[in-house]
Amino acid sequence: MSQVEITAVEREVPGIFSGLVATTRRDLLLAWKRPGDVLNPLFFFAMVCTLFPLAVGPSAEQLEFSGPGVLWVAALLSTLLSLNSLFLSDYEDGSLDQLLVSPQPLPVLVLGKTLAHWLTSGLPLVFVSPILAVTYRMPMSVVGVMMLTLALGTISLSLLGGIGAALTVGLHRGTALLSLLILPLAMPVLLLGANAVALAANNDVYTTGIWALAAYAIGSLSLAPYATAAALRISSE
Amino acid sequence: MTHKLSGDNLTLIRGERCLFEGLSFALESGKLLILEGRNGCGKTSLMRAIAGMLSLETGQIYWDDTPVEKQRQVFHGSLVWLAHRTGLKGDLTLVENLGFEQSLRAQSDRDIEEIYERLGISRLKKLILRSLSAGQQRRVALARMLLADVPLWLLDEPFTNLDREGRKLVMELVEEHLAAGGMCVMAAHQDVEINAPVTKVQIQ
Repeated sequence: MSQVEITAVEREVPGIFSGLVATTRRDLLLAWKRPGDVLNPLFFFAMVCTLFPLAVGPSAEQLEFSGPGVLWVAALLSTLLSLNSLFLSDYEDGSLDQLLVSPQPLPVLVLGKTLAHWLTSGLPLVFVSPILAVTYRMPMSVVGVMMLTLALGTISLSLLGGIGAALTVGLHRGTALLSLLILPLAMPVLLLGANAVALAANNDVYTTGIWALAAYAIGSLSLAPYATAAALRISSE
Repeated sequence: MTHKLSGDNLTLIRGERCLFEGLSFALESGKLLILEGRNGCGKTSLMRAIAGMLSLETGQIYWDDTPVEKQRQVFHGSLVWLAHRTGLKGDLTLVENLGFEQSLRAQSDRDIEEIYERLGISRLKKLILRSLSAGQQRRVALARMLLADVPLWLLDEPFTNLDREGRKLVMELVEEHLAAGGMCVMAAHQDVEINAPVTKVQIQ
Protein backbone atom coordinates (compact mmCIF):
# COMPACT_ATOMS: atom_id res chain seq x y z
CA MET A 1 0.00 0.00 0.00
CA SER A 2 2.54 2.57 -1.01
CA GLN A 3 -0.12 4.82 -2.40
CA VAL A 4 -0.16 8.57 -2.31
CA GLU A 5 -3.35 9.91 -0.74
CA ILE A 6 -5.70 11.18 -3.38
CA THR A 7 -5.85 14.94 -3.27
CA ALA A 8 -7.61 15.85 -6.49
CA VAL A 9 -9.93 18.37 -4.95
CA GLU A 10 -7.16 20.50 -3.50
CA ARG A 11 -5.26 20.60 -6.78
CA GLU A 12 -6.08 23.48 -9.09
CA VAL A 13 -7.70 22.69 -12.41
CA PRO A 14 -5.84 24.69 -15.09
CA GLY A 15 -7.60 27.86 -16.19
CA ILE A 16 -9.96 28.05 -19.14
CA PHE A 17 -7.30 29.57 -21.34
CA SER A 18 -5.20 26.43 -21.20
CA GLY A 19 -8.28 24.37 -22.09
CA LEU A 20 -8.87 26.60 -25.10
CA VAL A 21 -5.26 26.38 -26.23
CA ALA A 22 -5.10 22.62 -25.70
CA THR A 23 -8.18 21.85 -27.82
CA THR A 24 -7.10 24.23 -30.57
CA ARG A 25 -3.62 22.73 -30.60
CA ARG A 26 -4.91 19.18 -30.73
CA ASP A 27 -7.27 19.90 -33.62
CA LEU A 28 -4.59 21.75 -35.56
CA LEU A 29 -2.26 18.81 -35.02
CA LEU A 30 -4.96 16.42 -36.28
CA ALA A 31 -5.55 18.63 -39.33
CA TRP A 32 -1.80 18.64 -39.99
CA LYS A 33 -1.75 14.85 -39.93
CA ARG A 34 -4.75 14.55 -42.24
CA PRO A 35 -4.24 17.36 -44.76
CA GLY A 36 -6.94 15.95 -47.06
CA ASP A 37 -9.69 17.17 -44.76
CA VAL A 38 -8.38 20.71 -45.01
CA LEU A 39 -7.57 20.66 -48.72
CA ASN A 40 -10.88 19.20 -49.96
CA PRO A 41 -13.07 22.26 -49.18
CA LEU A 42 -10.33 24.55 -50.40
CA PHE A 43 -10.12 22.65 -53.65
CA PHE A 44 -13.90 22.85 -54.00
CA PHE A 45 -13.75 26.63 -53.51
CA ALA A 46 -11.04 26.99 -56.13
CA MET A 47 -12.89 24.77 -58.60
CA VAL A 48 -16.20 26.63 -58.40
CA CYS A 49 -14.45 29.98 -58.75
CA THR A 50 -12.41 28.93 -61.78
CA LEU A 51 -15.16 26.99 -63.56
CA PHE A 52 -17.70 29.78 -63.38
CA PRO A 53 -15.91 32.17 -65.78
CA LEU A 54 -15.45 29.29 -68.21
CA ALA A 55 -19.19 28.65 -68.20
CA VAL A 56 -20.46 32.24 -68.50
CA GLY A 57 -17.91 33.35 -71.04
CA PRO A 58 -15.04 35.83 -71.01
CA SER A 59 -17.06 39.07 -71.15
CA ALA A 60 -15.22 41.41 -68.81
CA GLU A 61 -18.31 43.31 -67.79
CA GLN A 62 -20.19 40.19 -66.78
CA LEU A 63 -17.25 38.81 -64.78
CA GLU A 64 -16.70 42.03 -62.89
CA PHE A 65 -20.38 42.13 -62.07
CA SER A 66 -20.67 38.53 -60.84
CA GLY A 67 -17.25 38.13 -59.16
CA PRO A 68 -18.14 39.12 -55.58
CA GLY A 69 -21.28 37.01 -55.59
CA VAL A 70 -19.64 33.90 -56.99
CA LEU A 71 -16.66 34.08 -54.61
CA TRP A 72 -18.94 34.51 -51.64
CA VAL A 73 -21.34 31.72 -52.56
CA ALA A 74 -18.40 29.39 -53.16
CA ALA A 75 -16.90 30.35 -49.80
CA LEU A 76 -20.18 29.68 -48.01
CA LEU A 77 -20.67 26.29 -49.66
CA SER A 78 -17.09 25.24 -49.03
CA THR A 79 -17.43 26.13 -45.34
CA LEU A 80 -20.64 24.09 -45.14
CA LEU A 81 -18.78 21.19 -46.69
CA SER A 82 -16.11 21.21 -44.02
CA LEU A 83 -18.48 21.73 -41.09
CA ASN A 84 -19.90 18.24 -41.17
CA SER A 85 -16.69 16.74 -39.83
CA LEU A 86 -16.29 19.24 -36.97
CA PHE A 87 -17.53 16.88 -34.26
CA LEU A 88 -17.96 13.67 -36.22
CA SER A 89 -14.63 12.00 -35.52
CA ASP A 90 -14.82 13.02 -31.86
CA TYR A 91 -18.25 11.43 -31.69
CA GLU A 92 -17.10 8.24 -33.32
CA ASP A 93 -13.96 7.60 -31.27
CA GLY A 94 -15.45 8.61 -27.93
CA SER A 95 -13.39 11.78 -27.47
CA LEU A 96 -16.63 13.73 -27.35
CA ASP A 97 -17.63 11.86 -24.19
CA GLN A 98 -14.26 12.71 -22.71
CA LEU A 99 -14.86 16.39 -23.50
CA LEU A 100 -18.31 16.19 -21.92
CA VAL A 101 -16.92 14.87 -18.63
CA SER A 102 -13.88 17.13 -18.70
CA PRO A 103 -13.33 19.45 -15.74
CA GLN A 104 -13.08 22.32 -18.21
CA PRO A 105 -16.28 24.17 -19.20
CA LEU A 106 -17.65 22.67 -22.42
CA PRO A 107 -18.25 26.01 -24.23
CA VAL A 108 -14.54 26.80 -23.89
CA LEU A 109 -13.50 23.47 -25.39
CA VAL A 110 -16.05 23.96 -28.15
CA LEU A 111 -14.64 27.42 -28.84
CA GLY A 112 -11.18 25.88 -29.10
CA LYS A 113 -12.42 23.37 -31.65
CA THR A 114 -14.23 26.07 -33.63
CA LEU A 115 -11.15 28.25 -33.62
CA ALA A 116 -9.11 25.39 -35.05
CA HIS A 117 -11.83 24.84 -37.65
CA TRP A 118 -11.69 28.47 -38.70
CA LEU A 119 -7.89 28.44 -38.87
CA THR A 120 -8.00 25.40 -41.16
CA SER A 121 -11.04 26.27 -43.29
CA GLY A 122 -11.87 29.98 -43.16
CA LEU A 123 -8.39 31.44 -43.09
CA PRO A 124 -7.06 29.42 -46.08
CA LEU A 125 -10.06 30.67 -48.09
CA VAL A 126 -9.10 34.25 -47.27
CA PHE A 127 -5.58 33.71 -48.56
CA VAL A 128 -6.56 31.80 -51.69
CA SER A 129 -9.28 34.26 -52.73
CA PRO A 130 -6.96 36.99 -54.19
CA ILE A 131 -5.61 34.50 -56.74
CA LEU A 132 -9.12 33.61 -57.80
CA ALA A 133 -10.28 37.22 -57.77
CA VAL A 134 -7.87 37.91 -60.62
CA THR A 135 -10.05 35.72 -62.85
CA TYR A 136 -12.88 38.17 -62.26
CA ARG A 137 -10.74 41.23 -63.05
CA MET A 138 -11.14 42.54 -59.54
CA PRO A 139 -8.95 45.59 -58.82
CA MET A 140 -6.44 45.32 -55.97
CA SER A 141 -8.32 47.75 -53.71
CA VAL A 142 -11.47 45.62 -53.93
CA VAL A 143 -9.50 42.43 -53.30
CA GLY A 144 -8.49 43.83 -49.90
CA VAL A 145 -12.12 44.51 -49.02
CA MET A 146 -13.07 41.01 -50.13
CA MET A 147 -10.39 39.41 -47.98
CA LEU A 148 -11.58 41.39 -44.99
CA THR A 149 -15.24 40.43 -45.50
CA LEU A 150 -14.29 36.80 -46.02
CA ALA A 151 -12.21 36.77 -42.85
CA LEU A 152 -15.02 38.28 -40.76
CA GLY A 153 -17.73 36.25 -42.47
CA THR A 154 -16.06 32.87 -42.11
CA ILE A 155 -15.61 33.48 -38.36
CA SER A 156 -19.39 33.74 -38.08
CA LEU A 157 -19.90 30.77 -40.39
CA SER A 158 -17.57 28.52 -38.36
CA LEU A 159 -19.21 29.50 -35.09
CA LEU A 160 -22.80 29.26 -36.28
CA GLY A 161 -22.09 26.12 -38.27
CA GLY A 162 -20.76 24.57 -35.08
CA ILE A 163 -24.30 24.69 -33.65
CA GLY A 164 -25.65 22.81 -36.64
CA ALA A 165 -22.78 20.34 -36.61
CA ALA A 166 -23.39 19.66 -32.92
CA LEU A 167 -27.11 19.12 -33.46
CA THR A 168 -26.63 16.68 -36.33
CA VAL A 169 -23.59 14.81 -35.03
CA GLY A 170 -25.59 11.80 -33.85
CA LEU A 171 -27.42 11.42 -37.14
CA HIS A 172 -26.02 9.46 -39.99
CA ARG A 173 -25.47 11.56 -43.09
CA GLY A 174 -26.63 14.74 -41.46
CA THR A 175 -25.01 17.00 -44.06
CA ALA A 176 -28.22 18.04 -45.82
CA LEU A 177 -29.96 18.72 -42.54
CA LEU A 178 -26.96 20.64 -41.27
CA SER A 179 -27.05 22.91 -44.31
CA LEU A 180 -30.77 23.51 -43.93
CA LEU A 181 -30.36 24.32 -40.25
CA ILE A 182 -27.65 26.89 -40.58
CA LEU A 183 -28.56 28.50 -43.92
CA PRO A 184 -31.00 30.96 -42.31
CA LEU A 185 -28.26 32.04 -39.91
CA ALA A 186 -25.63 32.17 -42.65
CA MET A 187 -27.76 34.18 -45.08
CA PRO A 188 -27.02 37.61 -43.52
CA VAL A 189 -23.30 36.86 -43.72
CA LEU A 190 -23.59 36.10 -47.43
CA LEU A 191 -25.70 39.18 -48.16
CA LEU A 192 -23.51 41.56 -46.18
CA GLY A 193 -20.26 40.11 -47.48
CA ALA A 194 -21.14 39.98 -51.16
CA ASN A 195 -22.84 43.35 -51.01
CA ALA A 196 -19.88 45.09 -49.36
CA VAL A 197 -17.54 43.78 -52.04
CA ALA A 198 -19.92 44.83 -54.82
CA LEU A 199 -20.19 48.31 -53.32
CA ALA A 200 -16.41 48.60 -53.09
CA ALA A 201 -16.16 47.60 -56.75
CA ASN A 202 -18.51 50.50 -57.65
CA ASN A 203 -16.43 52.93 -55.56
CA ASP A 204 -19.34 53.25 -53.16
CA VAL A 205 -19.34 53.41 -49.35
CA TYR A 206 -18.85 49.84 -48.15
CA THR A 207 -17.77 50.30 -44.51
CA THR A 208 -21.30 49.82 -43.15
CA GLY A 209 -21.24 46.26 -44.42
CA ILE A 210 -17.87 45.60 -42.80
CA TRP A 211 -19.07 46.91 -39.45
CA ALA A 212 -22.24 44.84 -39.67
CA LEU A 213 -20.18 41.72 -40.47
CA ALA A 214 -17.89 42.44 -37.53
CA ALA A 215 -20.90 42.88 -35.24
CA TYR A 216 -22.34 39.60 -36.50
CA ALA A 217 -19.02 37.87 -35.83
CA ILE A 218 -18.83 39.25 -32.30
CA GLY A 219 -22.43 38.25 -31.65
CA SER A 220 -21.75 34.69 -32.82
CA LEU A 221 -18.53 34.57 -30.84
CA SER A 222 -20.32 35.38 -27.62
CA LEU A 223 -23.42 33.20 -28.10
CA ALA A 224 -22.57 30.28 -30.39
CA PRO A 225 -20.21 28.37 -28.05
CA TYR A 226 -22.97 28.08 -25.43
CA ALA A 227 -25.52 26.94 -27.99
CA THR A 228 -23.05 24.44 -29.45
CA ALA A 229 -22.21 23.03 -26.03
CA ALA A 230 -25.90 22.62 -25.21
CA ALA A 231 -26.51 20.98 -28.58
CA LEU A 232 -23.63 18.55 -28.01
CA ARG A 233 -25.08 17.52 -24.67
CA ILE A 234 -28.42 16.82 -26.33
CA SER A 235 -26.89 14.94 -29.25
CA SER A 236 -24.81 12.63 -27.10
CA GLU A 237 -27.70 11.58 -24.86
CA MET B 1 -10.24 13.06 2.32
CA THR B 2 -13.29 10.89 1.93
CA HIS B 3 -15.95 11.31 -0.68
CA LYS B 4 -19.41 10.03 -1.19
CA LEU B 5 -21.33 9.24 -4.35
CA SER B 6 -24.98 8.36 -4.20
CA GLY B 7 -28.05 8.13 -6.37
CA ASP B 8 -31.56 8.38 -5.11
CA ASN B 9 -34.71 6.98 -6.71
CA LEU B 10 -33.28 6.96 -10.24
CA THR B 11 -35.55 6.27 -13.19
CA LEU B 12 -34.36 6.20 -16.75
CA ILE B 13 -36.52 5.91 -19.84
CA ARG B 14 -34.98 5.48 -23.28
CA GLY B 15 -37.48 5.80 -26.09
CA GLU B 16 -40.46 3.67 -25.10
CA ARG B 17 -38.55 1.47 -22.69
CA CYS B 18 -38.10 2.01 -19.01
CA LEU B 19 -34.59 0.75 -18.21
CA PHE B 20 -34.83 1.02 -14.45
CA GLU B 21 -37.13 2.58 -11.94
CA GLY B 22 -36.62 3.77 -8.38
CA LEU B 23 -32.99 2.62 -8.29
CA SER B 24 -30.83 3.87 -5.42
CA PHE B 25 -27.20 3.33 -4.50
CA ALA B 26 -24.55 4.77 -2.25
CA LEU B 27 -20.79 4.53 -2.43
CA GLU B 28 -18.04 5.78 -0.16
CA SER B 29 -14.28 6.11 -0.44
CA GLY B 30 -12.53 2.77 -0.54
CA LYS B 31 -15.52 0.91 -1.96
CA LEU B 32 -16.42 -0.67 -5.25
CA LEU B 33 -19.82 -0.67 -6.90
CA ILE B 34 -20.47 -3.33 -9.50
CA LEU B 35 -23.39 -2.98 -11.89
CA GLU B 36 -24.73 -6.31 -13.03
CA GLY B 37 -27.30 -7.31 -15.56
CA ARG B 38 -27.67 -8.85 -18.98
CA ASN B 39 -26.67 -7.08 -22.19
CA GLY B 40 -28.74 -4.04 -23.01
CA CYS B 41 -30.27 -3.74 -19.55
CA GLY B 42 -28.99 -0.23 -18.99
CA LYS B 43 -25.63 -0.63 -17.25
CA THR B 44 -23.92 1.79 -19.59
CA SER B 45 -26.89 4.16 -19.48
CA LEU B 46 -26.70 4.26 -15.70
CA MET B 47 -22.97 4.96 -15.87
CA ARG B 48 -23.57 7.75 -18.39
CA ALA B 49 -26.29 9.16 -16.15
CA ILE B 50 -23.86 9.15 -13.22
CA ALA B 51 -21.29 10.99 -15.33
CA GLY B 52 -23.94 13.55 -16.25
CA MET B 53 -24.17 12.64 -19.91
CA LEU B 54 -27.76 11.36 -19.75
CA SER B 55 -30.63 13.12 -18.07
CA LEU B 56 -32.71 11.05 -15.68
CA GLU B 57 -36.48 10.91 -15.61
CA THR B 58 -36.57 11.08 -11.83
CA GLY B 59 -34.00 11.14 -9.06
CA GLN B 60 -30.63 12.76 -8.63
CA ILE B 61 -26.99 11.88 -8.35
CA TYR B 62 -25.18 13.34 -5.37
CA TRP B 63 -21.46 13.93 -4.92
CA ASP B 64 -20.52 14.63 -1.32
CA ASP B 65 -24.25 15.09 -0.62
CA THR B 66 -24.61 17.96 -3.10
CA PRO B 67 -26.51 17.37 -6.36
CA VAL B 68 -24.09 16.90 -9.23
CA GLU B 69 -25.95 19.42 -11.42
CA LYS B 70 -25.02 22.19 -9.03
CA GLN B 71 -21.30 21.46 -9.10
CA ARG B 72 -20.68 19.94 -12.49
CA GLN B 73 -17.11 21.15 -12.79
CA VAL B 74 -16.05 20.01 -9.33
CA PHE B 75 -17.62 16.62 -9.97
CA HIS B 76 -16.05 16.25 -13.42
CA GLY B 77 -12.72 17.23 -11.91
CA SER B 78 -13.03 14.28 -9.55
CA LEU B 79 -13.96 11.56 -12.01
CA VAL B 80 -12.50 9.72 -14.92
CA TRP B 81 -14.58 7.91 -17.54
CA LEU B 82 -13.36 4.79 -19.26
CA ALA B 83 -15.76 3.31 -21.75
CA HIS B 84 -15.88 0.95 -24.67
CA ARG B 85 -14.71 3.65 -27.07
CA THR B 86 -11.39 4.81 -25.68
CA GLY B 87 -11.68 8.47 -26.67
CA LEU B 88 -8.12 8.53 -27.95
CA LYS B 89 -7.17 9.97 -31.32
CA GLY B 90 -5.90 7.38 -33.78
CA ASP B 91 -3.81 9.92 -35.68
CA LEU B 92 -1.90 11.17 -32.67
CA THR B 93 0.88 9.44 -30.79
CA LEU B 94 0.47 8.08 -27.31
CA VAL B 95 2.33 11.01 -25.78
CA GLU B 96 0.32 13.58 -27.75
CA ASN B 97 -2.94 11.94 -26.69
CA LEU B 98 -2.08 11.87 -23.01
CA GLY B 99 -0.55 15.34 -23.17
CA PHE B 100 -3.86 16.74 -24.34
CA GLU B 101 -5.75 15.10 -21.48
CA GLN B 102 -3.23 16.35 -18.97
CA SER B 103 -3.49 19.96 -20.06
CA LEU B 104 -7.21 19.89 -19.25
CA ARG B 105 -6.75 18.49 -15.77
CA ALA B 106 -5.10 19.44 -12.53
CA GLN B 107 -1.43 18.51 -12.49
CA SER B 108 -0.71 15.18 -10.87
CA ASP B 109 2.52 14.31 -9.12
CA ARG B 110 2.43 10.75 -10.39
CA ASP B 111 5.44 9.53 -12.28
CA ILE B 112 4.46 9.10 -15.94
CA GLU B 113 7.33 6.79 -16.81
CA GLU B 114 6.41 4.52 -13.93
CA ILE B 115 2.83 4.30 -15.19
CA TYR B 116 3.98 3.50 -18.74
CA GLU B 117 6.24 0.82 -17.32
CA ARG B 118 3.50 -0.67 -15.22
CA LEU B 119 1.09 -0.91 -18.13
CA GLY B 120 3.77 -2.20 -20.46
CA ILE B 121 3.41 0.61 -22.99
CA SER B 122 6.72 2.45 -22.61
CA ARG B 123 7.93 1.03 -25.93
CA LEU B 124 4.92 2.45 -27.77
CA LYS B 125 5.32 6.10 -26.83
CA LYS B 126 6.25 7.39 -30.28
CA LEU B 127 3.75 5.32 -32.24
CA ILE B 128 0.44 6.66 -33.46
CA LEU B 129 -2.51 5.05 -31.75
CA ARG B 130 -3.99 3.68 -34.96
CA SER B 131 -1.05 1.34 -35.32
CA LEU B 132 -1.57 -0.22 -31.89
CA SER B 133 -3.73 -3.25 -31.20
CA ALA B 134 -7.09 -2.85 -29.47
CA GLY B 135 -5.66 -4.20 -26.24
CA GLN B 136 -2.70 -1.83 -26.36
CA GLN B 137 -5.04 1.10 -27.00
CA ARG B 138 -7.01 0.07 -23.94
CA ARG B 139 -3.80 0.10 -21.92
CA VAL B 140 -3.21 3.67 -23.08
CA ALA B 141 -6.72 4.53 -21.90
CA LEU B 142 -5.81 2.99 -18.55
CA ALA B 143 -2.69 5.17 -18.44
CA ARG B 144 -4.89 8.22 -18.96
CA MET B 145 -7.07 7.05 -16.09
CA LEU B 146 -4.07 6.68 -13.76
CA LEU B 147 -2.57 10.00 -14.80
CA ALA B 148 -5.81 11.83 -14.05
CA ASP B 149 -5.27 10.81 -10.41
CA VAL B 150 -8.86 11.43 -9.30
CA PRO B 151 -11.00 9.76 -6.63
CA LEU B 152 -13.83 8.38 -8.76
CA TRP B 153 -13.32 5.87 -11.54
CA LEU B 154 -16.24 5.08 -13.83
CA LEU B 155 -15.29 1.94 -15.70
CA ASP B 156 -17.64 0.60 -18.33
CA GLU B 157 -16.51 -2.92 -19.24
CA PRO B 158 -12.85 -2.26 -18.40
CA PHE B 159 -11.76 -5.76 -19.41
CA THR B 160 -12.75 -5.49 -23.07
CA ASN B 161 -9.93 -6.43 -25.45
CA LEU B 162 -7.49 -7.16 -22.65
CA ASP B 163 -5.58 -10.42 -22.28
CA ARG B 164 -5.58 -12.43 -19.08
CA GLU B 165 -2.58 -10.53 -17.76
CA GLY B 166 -4.23 -7.21 -18.59
CA ARG B 167 -7.41 -8.20 -16.77
CA LYS B 168 -5.40 -9.10 -13.72
CA LEU B 169 -3.61 -5.77 -13.95
CA VAL B 170 -6.91 -3.86 -14.05
CA MET B 171 -8.09 -5.68 -10.95
CA GLU B 172 -4.83 -4.88 -9.17
CA LEU B 173 -5.06 -1.23 -10.17
CA VAL B 174 -8.63 -1.02 -8.87
CA GLU B 175 -7.60 -2.69 -5.62
CA GLU B 176 -4.76 -0.22 -5.11
CA HIS B 177 -7.01 2.69 -6.01
CA LEU B 178 -9.58 1.61 -3.43
CA ALA B 179 -6.92 1.00 -0.81
CA ALA B 180 -5.67 4.55 -1.36
CA GLY B 181 -9.12 5.89 -0.60
CA GLY B 182 -10.53 6.07 -4.12
CA MET B 183 -13.81 4.67 -5.30
CA CYS B 184 -14.93 2.87 -8.38
CA VAL B 185 -18.14 2.13 -10.26
CA MET B 186 -17.77 -0.74 -12.67
CA ALA B 187 -20.07 -2.37 -15.18
CA ALA B 188 -18.81 -5.86 -15.92
CA HIS B 189 -20.27 -9.12 -17.07
CA GLN B 190 -17.14 -11.12 -16.33
CA ASP B 191 -16.30 -12.36 -12.88
CA VAL B 192 -14.45 -9.71 -11.00
CA GLU B 193 -12.00 -10.85 -8.34
CA ILE B 194 -11.22 -7.77 -6.38
CA ASN B 195 -10.27 -7.77 -2.76
CA ALA B 196 -12.29 -4.85 -1.51
CA PRO B 197 -15.70 -4.04 -0.04
CA VAL B 198 -18.09 -4.59 -2.94
CA THR B 199 -21.66 -3.45 -3.38
CA LYS B 200 -23.59 -4.99 -6.24
CA VAL B 201 -26.48 -3.39 -8.02
CA GLN B 202 -28.63 -5.68 -10.10
CA ILE B 203 -30.40 -3.99 -12.97
CA GLN B 204 -33.53 -5.84 -14.06
